[in-house]
Amino acid sequence: MNLVESYKDDLKLIEKPWTGCWITMTVIALLLLPWFGSEHLIYMGTLIFIVSVGIMGQNILIGYTGQISLGQAGFLAIGAFSFGHMAQMGVPIGLALLGAGCMAAFFGVLVGFPSLRLKGPYLAIVTLGFGIAVYQTFASFEVLSGGRMGLVIPKFPALFGLSREASMYYFSLFLGIAFTLATYNLISSYMGRAFVAIRDNDIAAEVLGVNLTRYKLLSFAISSFYTGIHGAMFAMFMGFIDPQMFNFSESLIIFVAVVIGGLASVEGAIFGAAFVILVPQVFSGYKEFVPVIFGVTVIFIMIFEPLGLAGRWFKMRLYYRNWPFR
Amino acid sequence: MSLLKVDKLTVQFGGIKALTAVDFAMEEKEILAIIGPNGAGKTTLFNCVSGVYHPTSGEILFAGESLLGLSPDRIAQRGIGRTFQNIRLFNNMSVLDNLMLGRHMKFQRNILQAFLRIRKEELVHREKVEEIIDFLDLAAYRQARVIDCPYGVQKRVELGRAIVMEPKLLLLDEPVAGLTVEEKNRVAYLVTEMRGRFGFGILLIEHDLRIVSRLADRLVVLNFGQKLAEGNPAEVQRNPEVIRAYVGEG
Repeated sequence: MNLVESYKDDLKLIEKPWTGCWITMTVIALLLLPWFGSEHLIYMGTLIFIVSVGIMGQNILIGYTGQISLGQAGFLAIGAFSFGHMAQMGVPIGLALLGAGCMAAFFGVLVGFPSLRLKGPYLAIVTLGFGIAVYQTFASFEVLSGGRMGLVIPKFPALFGLSREASMYYFSLFLGIAFTLATYNLISSYMGRAFVAIRDNDIAAEVLGVNLTRYKLLSFAISSFYTGIHGAMFAMFMGFIDPQMFNFSESLIIFVAVVIGGLASVEGAIFGAAFVILVPQVFSGYKEFVPVIFGVTVIFIMIFEPLGLAGRWFKMRLYYRNWPFR
Repeated sequence: MSLLKVDKLTVQFGGIKALTAVDFAMEEKEILAIIGPNGAGKTTLFNCVSGVYHPTSGEILFAGESLLGLSPDRIAQRGIGRTFQNIRLFNNMSVLDNLMLGRHMKFQRNILQAFLRIRKEELVHREKVEEIIDFLDLAAYRQARVIDCPYGVQKRVELGRAIVMEPKLLLLDEPVAGLTVEEKNRVAYLVTEMRGRFGFGILLIEHDLRIVSRLADRLVVLNFGQKLAEGNPAEVQRNPEVIRAYVGEG
């Protein structure tokens, strides 16, 4: 049973003891993974943690604030290349990550300005243009992209006697958990409420004193910060980047992950990230069909479960919580 | 000094004049009702006062200061709250969250506290919101999603969302439209109660003349964007121009 006895109880992050239980178990399992999991499993895990950070960011923008954006690859590239150049200059990893995030956030604010005037599909087109422009810029300026050979980035160092891969795994896990917590806190705060208000009814939000300019730009900044971190981590994980990795289809994959995972849901972002990472792995024999699977899944999700995998997850939990009653 | 003073307000959309040189003033704690046939420009007037539209010419003074050129959120900060004719709530949020948004301006906002889940502010404002929930009898719907609530409740939530802003002036756009007789009486009671309890000035648009004449201290009648008459309810209802506008030539 859980009875809310004070207003403070109502604001708890984890409402039910059972939820805390299984979350702790999941985290422990993830912490122990390098000991019993295969190398491939660690690789996949690391990738999922990295990508879910980016998807969470875009979910703040697309799912919560309702600003449709298709320029994610641009922010990814900005994050990755800023990180790459900084790492090559010998900037410490933490600082370089922060720098990459801030750089992406800066461009996020720039791209956010049209959102003050444009809505829906029109904004999608503007951001789409941004994504393509960034890709072309990196593709055509060798100074930025490191030339035909791409940019080689020093990998994450081996720490505490662990292997290099395991260290990277733990670092991504740490970042993943930190960003997940931050996102939960953010969306349940006044700011998250303002974001959802802008999505649901911007005029009413404005009349209540929500400064549309500030909150839209803030949403763009925060989401592109997340995506910048995603890009930087991805660059470090790969150890090598070239502009081709950040073409338009990368934007679409992020968008698909947001939609399949579930709009306006933090768990959904993690599910979405897992989906877009695992599907190409499972169907690695039929690579050309992966986009088809993504497309068909989006269609089915839109028709049968508009809230995505997170919606299904929520219903499952509700079912077991109420069991044996309906 | 009057609470709100509208002076020669004109709004033009292309060639259409939605409002032509409308002027009136209202005092603090006054309930002023604006009536008029459909398309008379009542809602346009509201949109000008709350900053959604920008008038072509004229002046709007709120507590002696001009509201022209301010964005809606700045006007809200000056102390004007409003409701909408077609309910504009945040449909996917709970009733509680909708009301909490009404407190948005009063929040001590701090990004770091948001990320670190420091919620002292939230608790302070929750107290105030709960007070209004009691006042409007919304406790049963507190955690319900707004879109799942019945129409009458949604109307009350919107009213509540404006009240928690603690404005000096409240603009109510057809607060009883579409309600049952019982609900209408209840809202009418709430409106007078609000003035007494919170000391708002209330500017009201309403078609139900029975309710209006009971509630309002004074009426302003608009027709085709122009002011036809102004005065206390009994005077206005006897005004031949007003009768002509409402029921046609006799």
